[in-house]
Amino acid sequence: MDYFIELFFSGLTRGSIYALIALGYTMVYGIIGLINFAHGEIYMIGAFTALIVSTVLTIYGFPLLAVIVLTALAAVIWAASYGYTIERLAYRPLRSAPRLSPLISAIGMSIFLQNYVLLAQTSDFQPFPALIPEFDFMEPYAHIVGSSDLAILVVSAIVMILLTFMIKFTRTGKAMRATAQDRKMAMLVGINVDNVISITFITGSALAAIGGLLIASHIGQINFYIGFIAGIKAFTAAVLGGIGSIPGAVLGSFILGLTEAFATGYVSSDYEDVFAFSLLVLILIFKPAGLLGKATVEKV
Amino acid sequence: MIFSKRMLSILAAFALAAGIASNASAAETIKIGVAGAHSGDLASYGIPTMKAALLVAQDLNEQGGINGVKVEVLAEDDVCKPEVATNTATKLVSENVNVVIGHICSGATKAALPIYRDANIIVMSPSATNPDLTQSGDYPNFYRTIASDDAQARTLVDFATDTLKVGKIAVIHDKGDYGKGLAEFVKSFLEKDGKAEVVLFEGVTPGAVDYSAVVQKIRRSGADAVIYGGYHPEASKIVSQMRKKRMKTMFLAPDGVKDDTFINVTGKNAEGVYASGPADVSKNPLTKKFRDKFMATEGAEPGAFFDNGVTAALALTNAIAKAGTDSAAIAKVLHTETADTPFGAVKFDETGEPIGIGFVVYQVKDGKFVTVQ
Repeated sequence: MDYFIELFFSGLTRGSIYALIALGYTMVYGIIGLINFAHGEIYMIGAFTALIVSTVLTIYGFPLLAVIVLTALAAVIWAASYGYTIERLAYRPLRSAPRLSPLISAIGMSIFLQNYVLLAQTSDFQPFPALIPEFDFMEPYAHIVGSSDLAILVVSAIVMILLTFMIKFTRTGKAMRATAQDRKMAMLVGINVDNVISITFITGSALAAIGGLLIASHIGQINFYIGFIAGIKAFTAAVLGGIGSIPGAVLGSFILGLTEAFATGYVSSDYEDVFAFSLLVLILIFKPAGLLGKATVEKV
Repeated sequence: MIFSKRMLSILAAFALAAGIASNASAAETIKIGVAGAHSGDLASYGIPTMKAALLVAQDLNEQGGINGVKVEVLAEDDVCKPEVATNTATKLVSENVNVVIGHICSGATKAALPIYRDANIIVMSPSATNPDLTQSGDYPNFYRTIASDDAQARTLVDFATDTLKVGKIAVIHDKGDYGKGLAEFVKSFLEKDGKAEVVLFEGVTPGAVDYSAVVQKIRRSGADAVIYGGYHPEASKIVSQMRKKRMKTMFLAPDGVKDDTFINVTGKNAEGVYASGPADVSKNPLTKKFRDKFMATEGAEPGAFFDNGVTAALALTNAIAKAGTDSAAIAKVLHTETADTPFGAVKFDETGEPIGIGFVVYQVKDGKFVTVQ
């Protein structure tokens, strides 16, 4: 039973890591129907920003709490400006083009950003400081779930709740939903669709930056390629839960994380990906729109 | 057809004459064949060895040659391809080389060896690491100046069972050629020796965001030590996660982990980790001598296997100086008497493996790799 609980928490940790990234994927898809492949790179840029800012602040002797807050703020702002710029440069000019064009543009952006960071930084792994301290009250449970695991779990829960709240109850959220339902109609009733889409990208990128900060602090190392691998898994989780649905992305992430942890624990880690993707195929056979996704009916 | 038979015999006569002629010239110089990739995309592995042989020959000739006979280096390109290597070998044999340094790649070496064996020529490779080349017993004429692929696994297993005296070992790898290959050697050695039990044998996915599940599995297996086959990014994540989960399990890893980036990235969690790697020879005067010569002529750092190439050239010329050019006599010296090389005093065991070139175990202490053995 102990072993089961240990594996369960391993799965939750993985799941919440995926969720932090998957939320950004699913949000953008929900509003404009684009799979933003550059999202993983925004996460990576957020992590690099956090690394640089936190190193500088630590050198100047700021207290840990101030370092965390300022680093998070800087990473969020920097990554959000990247998200905004990418949308303006690579997606907005293609908005009326066939669906494939922005997708290719997104892949191009992803490759561009990876190589840009590779050249601007190095290809070597860089150590990332442990920004999340080891909490004293967690010590008795440290062998099951660490402080950084807990922080990631709590933050992804808070982010999911805030995001749902924003989309359900605020004016911006209403405008987002209207844009998602019918972009032309939303324009006709006076919604600035361009602004709404920009805000979506900014929010998604900010989430990715927070993810970058927390996850890099948990893993302790980053390089230019982390966004790609994490992005693929998070994307899988978003599809599993029903892409476009915010609770779906979180549910999908946890299912993916738990499947991988139990497959590793009870079968073999050689096959963790096999189990994860078999599950994806099974769910897509029975629920093609994902677990919580809405099946769209094509009107003829 | 009679005519063509006569043609053949004329040709044979010519060949005989040519053979006698070249035999005559063989007495004037000692010919060392150097075979390996000197062009193509693997040239960077082969050229340093060729330069090493040339530098050693030049050095000997400046001192008057071997027992008054000048040394001549004949380089032949095999582009690391087995099908080309057989031609390379045939060419060197026809040029009556006394010994051969090469080939560079294991595949090409394997293809060329039977030709040298039939001609009774001793071959010494600075870089071919395939275990079969020595262990199969098919090539008694083969020697090498580099540790074989399984030597590192042997070092790690012996260190774990004899020095650390652990009873239960978890073998983890990254599913790659290098990591899994090493892990499989480790597993088979542990099972053969029977000194320790393999309680877990698993592959992890490189690049994953979190390894806590596999770490929990290691804890449950009750392993006293983990032997990891793979590179430093994953090793760093696994060690960090083990220490975060308050596990004191020992961690042993190969030269893919013995990299300063590992310590840099893992920080204090790296303390106590064991990693094997080649011994540091940069302070050896012979290493310095030939590296400086290379720097002086080429203006760049010597590349891969340069020290191994120098070692092969020195071991062979040393043996020739003591025993002459007869292959059996050279072999006897190689097995029984040490030669001074960049790796220290080196001789060869009965299979042709070098004694004195191998792996040593390092441990991370205060942020540095420190030699243990």
